[in-house]
Amino acid sequence: MELTTVWFLLIAGLWTGYFVLEGFDFGVGALVRVLGRDEPERRAVITTIGPVWDGNEVWLVMAGAAMFAAFPEWYATVFSGFYLPLFAILVALILRGVAIEYRGKRADLEWRGRMDTVITVGSVLPPLLWGIVFANLVRGVPLDASHEYVGGLGELLNPFALLGGLTFTAVFVAHGAIFLALRTTGVLRERANRLARQVGVVAAVLAVAFLWWAQALRGDIASAVVAAAAAAAFVGGLIANRLGREGWAFTGSAVATGLAVVSLFAALFPAVLPSTLSPETTLTVAEAASTAYTLKILTIIAGIFTPLVLLYQGWTYWVFRKRVVVAA
Amino acid sequence: MSLEGFVDTLDLARWQFAVTTVYHFFFVPVTISLVAITAGLQTAWYRTGKEKYLRLTKFYGKLFLINIAMGVVTGLVQEFQFGMNWSDYSRFVGDVFGAPLALEGLLAFFVESTFIGLWMFGWDRLPKLVHLACIWMVVLGTQLSAYFILAANSWMQNPVGFRINPERGRAELTDLWAVLTNKVVLVTYPHTIFAAFMVGGAFVAAVALWHLLRRPDVDRDVFRTALKIGAVIVLAASAGVALTGDQQGKVMTEVQPMKMAAAEALYETEKPAALSLFTIGTLDGSKEVFSIKVPYLLSFLGTGSFDGEVKGINSLQEAYERLYGPGSYNPNIPLAYWTFRLMIGVGLSTGAIALWLLWATRKGRAPARWLIWVVAPLPLLPLLANCFGWIFTETGRQPWLVFGLMPTASGVSPGTTATELIISLAGFTVLYGVLGFVEVKLMLRTIRAGLAGTDAPPPESDPDDAPDAAEPLSFAY
Ligand code: HDD
Ligand code: HEM
Ligand code: HEM
Repeated sequence: MELTTVWFLLIAGLWTGYFVLEGFDFGVGALVRVLGRDEPERRAVITTIGPVWDGNEVWLVMAGAAMFAAFPEWYATVFSGFYLPLFAILVALILRGVAIEYRGKRADLEWRGRMDTVITVGSVLPPLLWGIVFANLVRGVPLDASHEYVGGLGELLNPFALLGGLTFTAVFVAHGAIFLALRTTGVLRERANRLARQVGVVAAVLAVAFLWWAQALRGDIASAVVAAAAAAAFVGGLIANRLGREGWAFTGSAVATGLAVVSLFAALFPAVLPSTLSPETTLTVAEAASTAYTLKILTIIAGIFTPLVLLYQGWTYWVFRKRVVVAA
Repeated sequence: MSLEGFVDTLDLARWQFAVTTVYHFFFVPVTISLVAITAGLQTAWYRTGKEKYLRLTKFYGKLFLINIAMGVVTGLVQEFQFGMNWSDYSRFVGDVFGAPLALEGLLAFFVESTFIGLWMFGWDRLPKLVHLACIWMVVLGTQLSAYFILAANSWMQNPVGFRINPERGRAELTDLWAVLTNKVVLVTYPHTIFAAFMVGGAFVAAVALWHLLRRPDVDRDVFRTALKIGAVIVLAASAGVALTGDQQGKVMTEVQPMKMAAAEALYETEKPAALSLFTIGTLDGSKEVFSIKVPYLLSFLGTGSFDGEVKGINSLQEAYERLYGPGSYNPNIPLAYWTFRLMIGVGLSTGAIALWLLWATRKGRAPARWLIWVVAPLPLLPLLANCFGWIFTETGRQPWLVFGLMPTASGVSPGTTATELIISLAGFTVLYGVLGFVEVKLMLRTIRAGLAGTDAPPPESDPDDAPDAAEPLSFAY
């Protein structure tokens, strides 16, 4: 396989990892005030993601850095083109990160309540905006001959993109609720399970509509099959949730999130950012890529260190595998 | 609404870079040094079993955690900013510059973020030694992070290991090893790390001093130990900073002679050259009015010999015009001149304070009450010196973004509008202002709370018997 293709796959893999992992911690963050009825419960909710959320977010940093290194044109065009949504995502992630880390550093309940509000908002906005960004990535945006984005903000807020935003949000909330059911006990666990059922249905409907539309816009057989598998995995996850099989439910929603992201990248390939102005100005993998030398070095480095990262991140989940109990 | 035409996107993008990066660098030096100091304290506890080390580990560890949260979230902006505001720059350098950034992510950030989580929540989950190893992994992560990002920055100061592809109009990597062993990064990395330890050491000492003065009866011995540790670190790091800074001056004279000339406001080539301590120039910095000088010293700093030749601004300008075509190749000279002096002066005065503190507390003596006045300046001075040093380094590179290859003006995103930039610049500035306020307040609260609670068994984090919500010293949430 050509190295440019390998790196396209790796970057798709990094975004997939990012959404599968941070997807559930967004969901948990969004639900902190919904499922946690008092301070000890909210504290338990946040504790389920406490040791891992930052590591999850590094998948985003890594996805950005890998795009910069392997496909500078892609990185430059996407990040400058989606300027305002990315700015808003940054603000939300900053506020959220600080609130998660600072909520427990003071004892008073008012402070913690305020931090929980920030966590909620900071966990809902990014999925909404990532959905908008990724929908536009698949749909294409107006690019000029030098691959600069030439549309306005309005251009990005088309119906398909808005559906994308809602889908990402609903799916992550469901994913987060399923994760909470897996990681908590007692009433919290029951509440999370019930909420996952309700949100899960909405998320499933939105996701099927969004993936269908995406495939109709720019899919082929392969990407459509992946999208269908994503939908099936999600439904499977929801069924497992209903049966109280929490491990399977989480596996289902994680696999579904992953496959859905993969299907979007599969639909995109070999373009990395289609242009709606003319096929000539579409940015492709080959045009965006770094040199063979750079890609070769990056491949060696990634080959050595990615397994290590997976190993110790996996170990973290193992160390903190026990269910979180609400303090009396 | 159109703001185009009134303001330049280039200026806005530069301001945004300056504001966000300098802000990121308020937290970075504290993180780099404080995590290592905390790891050292925990190691001391592990080896000696003395409780005071455990209490200090928890106390300073908590302050470290408050600090790193800000470092992490502001770092995110740095990563995105290249693409958002400097897309043409990203296109031009991505092939070279992306590799160290990717290395930083893969080798440093993953390690840092994962092992911090393990350390924070693992106090009674992990065997003691494994838990100790976790914080050392974080130390390793911060060091690697600093190295790779500084390698990237050093490439902008002195591009190596690449060739220009005229067809694609970009720089392409030919030798990663050359980029990672750039002679600039070899001196910049130790200098930056020593400078960071000046901040961390000063912070540890200042916090301890405050407690010794304000609550002389509470935990006196523990804080005396901390004060000593902090002050000794400051002294050692000051020496390191001066030694490596001297090396840096030599490398700089070689690869960016204009920066050295600007640092000295040296208009005409001199051999031997004197070092000026204080100069008043005309307002635009084009002429010298009054100056105090130390003969021969600049020659020594720049070249290592007392009668070496140091090139002046005017002759360099001529040489650059011949090389790169007409235009001005001067950075902002008063800015370079003053930031260079302030870095050294403000920074090294910290060393003097540290020395005084060691003297004032020798053999069990209690520090004099008036020393309360040095508590706040102690960590702020080296922090300011760090800012001055970076402002000097980065503005002294102007008008180049990548020295000799790409002027700053050609790197900015062509499609980004002034409106977008104003929104993000204003947004980040306000956000950073508010967060800075929250962070400082939280720091001060935690400092004031002192060691109370740290003598309890290690902070509970086992979710199975999660601590009472009101337990103030828990590391968990
Ligand atoms: C506590 C902070 C601190 C202190 C006391 C000093 N420095 Fe420094 N200096 C820095 C913090 C710093 C820095 C912020 O970390 C910089 C910015 C870029 C870099 O590599 O380090 C820097 C840059 C920097 C540069 C510019 C390198 C370049 O642009 O390529 C030179 C020549 C020196 N320093 C030299 C010195 C000397 C001779 C010092 C004292 C004898 C000194 N510094 C003290
Ligand atoms: C080590 C990684 C760094 C990289 C890759 C980097 C890169 C850049 C870039 C791309 C710009 C914008 C273009 C320009 O104005 O020249 C810039 C400017 C600037 N940077 Fe850095 N920088 C780094 C570290 C820092 C740090 C740590 C500081 C300060 C604490 C800093 C301070 C500044 C300032 C003040 C400017 C504005 C200079 C001007 O526009 O005149 N930089 N840097
Ligand atoms: C302008 C270039 C820079 C970029 C692109 C950048 C990027 C980042 C990012 C993305 C993070 C967050 C990592 C996470 O999520 O865990 C971060 C944190 C960090 N950065 Fe930067 N950074 C820059 C400048 C610097 C410099 C000059 C240094 C050191 C000399 C540095 C050292 C660190 C360290 C040690 C951390 C860990 C968190 C902390 O320090 O508080 N960075 N940076």
